[in-house]
Amino acid sequence: MTGLMQRFSSLLHGRPWLALLLLLIPPLLWMGIIYIGSLLNLLIYSFYSLDDFTGQVKYEPTLSTLQQLFTSSSNVDIVQRTVFMSIAVTVACAVIAFPIAYFMAFHTKGNSKAFWILLVLLPLWSSYLVRVYAWKLLLAKEGIISWFFDTLGIRFVLDWILTLPVIGGFSLSSSYLGMFLVFVYVWLPYMILPIQASLERVPKSLLQASSDLGAKPNQTFWKILLPLTVPGIAAGSIFTFSLTLGDYIIPGVVGAPGFFIGQMVYTQQGTAGNIPLAAAFSLVPIVIIGLYLAFAKKLGAFDAL
Amino acid sequence: MTRASWGLRIAAGLCVLFLHFPLFIIVLYAFTTDDKTYAFPPPGLTLHWFGVAAARADIWAALWLSVRTALLATLLAVVLGTMVAAAMYRANFWGKEGITLLFILPIALPGIVTGIALLSSIRRANIEPGLVTMVIGHATFCIVTVFNNVVARFRRISHSQLEASSDLGATGWQTFRFIILPNIATALLAGGLLSFALSFDEVIVTTFTSGTEQTLPIWFLNELFRPRDRPITNVVAIFVIAVTMIPILLVQRLTQAGEDLHGGGKTS
Repeated sequence: MTGLMQRFSSLLHGRPWLALLLLLIPPLLWMGIIYIGSLLNLLIYSFYSLDDFTGQVKYEPTLSTLQQLFTSSSNVDIVQRTVFMSIAVTVACAVIAFPIAYFMAFHTKGNSKAFWILLVLLPLWSSYLVRVYAWKLLLAKEGIISWFFDTLGIRFVLDWILTLPVIGGFSLSSSYLGMFLVFVYVWLPYMILPIQASLERVPKSLLQASSDLGAKPNQTFWKILLPLTVPGIAAGSIFTFSLTLGDYIIPGVVGAPGFFIGQMVYTQQGTAGNIPLAAAFSLVPIVIIGLYLAFAKKLGAFDAL
Repeated sequence: MTRASWGLRIAAGLCVLFLHFPLFIIVLYAFTTDDKTYAFPPPGLTLHWFGVAAARADIWAALWLSVRTALLATLLAVVLGTMVAAAMYRANFWGKEGITLLFILPIALPGIVTGIALLSSIRRANIEPGLVTMVIGHATFCIVTVFNNVVARFRRISHSQLEASSDLGATGWQTFRFIILPNIATALLAGGLLSFALSFDEVIVTTFTSGTEQTLPIWFLNELFRPRDRPITNVVAIFVIAVTMIPILLVQRLTQAGEDLHGGGKTS
């Protein structure tokens, strides 16, 4: 056994590429066969269709399933709704994240900085499902947000918000506003940290120079600080945008009726047994995220990760 | 460092409140006596539901399945992730960026894409979904977590130690066992703990690969969509938070300790 080991290690000696190959082959086979293979398989499935009579998958290439994405108006609605929600969530996350990221970057250091980073990370680390569940408790009709409005005697404000078109609904937990709040809550830490990191990299001397040259604080903000943090915002937006785009749990637990892309994929493969249509639908987020990544790369997001 | 303006401090404070208040609510509701609604404020507080939850066989079964899945997936991810890290940390070769991208892909694409892709393969190969398919799915997205932790540590191993080891006649295995392994041990542990937490809490890929099996997150998900046991769900929620948070807090400790060790000169 040791003799074999000896021979093996002398075989590797002076042949670093051989060791490299031996190390890389098993993980590459794993990813190549299981993951890339599955993605290709998914792509192939989107060219299949469901037999209308038997309900079985017909293994013959056709474009009809992919066509349904564009021809059926309800499918187009689903894509639009999901993309619009993803954009709204991303913008809201960026606006909410900026002040705290600014505070962390310029007004904390050493231990207090580590503590604030932990404060932001802790919610992210606790279970995603549990956090969604927490919002079910918060948004319920008898829940704490309603209680808060009642106690302050401003129930009519909440009722008025719920009568608004699009964002309103029967209660917060069955409105797009409620769903929007949950999305923002769940993905917010992903936006705070990259913005904070990019603010840390802004040279203090630039801000000093700007104010020495007579710029007002808000001029310094719009002309110096914000442009320099664009890569961080873009990096954070990759997470908030793509995570919202693919999520199927939050739209199922809170929010108005009306499917999102993720739900469509989930129900088509499950109850409907229509894997081809589910596969076709799952190509939508892949294409949109591909385009979005190209755009984010232009903004320098990958240097900020 | 200048003092922050009041407006900025309030904004930062509100944001932290927004991030933590829902977690506080979860803890509070585990003690509520109310078992029909989500009423606030809770009509009374009790420890009763902890006992009820602990006596439920379906929860224990789901927990045990989650633990087995997470352990097996972590084991696979640690082996494969370490191999990739060992190959990639120093060498520069054609296709290196492509390989990095390949391992990041499962976390860059939405979970639902990974899930449905794996399911389409399971269907085509005519495999019965269950523990094995779940482990395969989880390991696939855990590899990158281990890789990230371990590769950073590999880069810090001084090359002279490896050269000294082989100059003194150590075999490749001996060098790995006595030089490399002690150096990367805490990084391995950190990567393993993170990937355990990631797998234990995962639900999206799991729903596609589990077949009829029920992990704890799947049990929880069913309760989310069709609440049947509200008070028990509240108790399980605290438990799940603890199981996912403790490994990650440990990792925080481990990696910081690693940094200190590094700063104070390499002992080992």
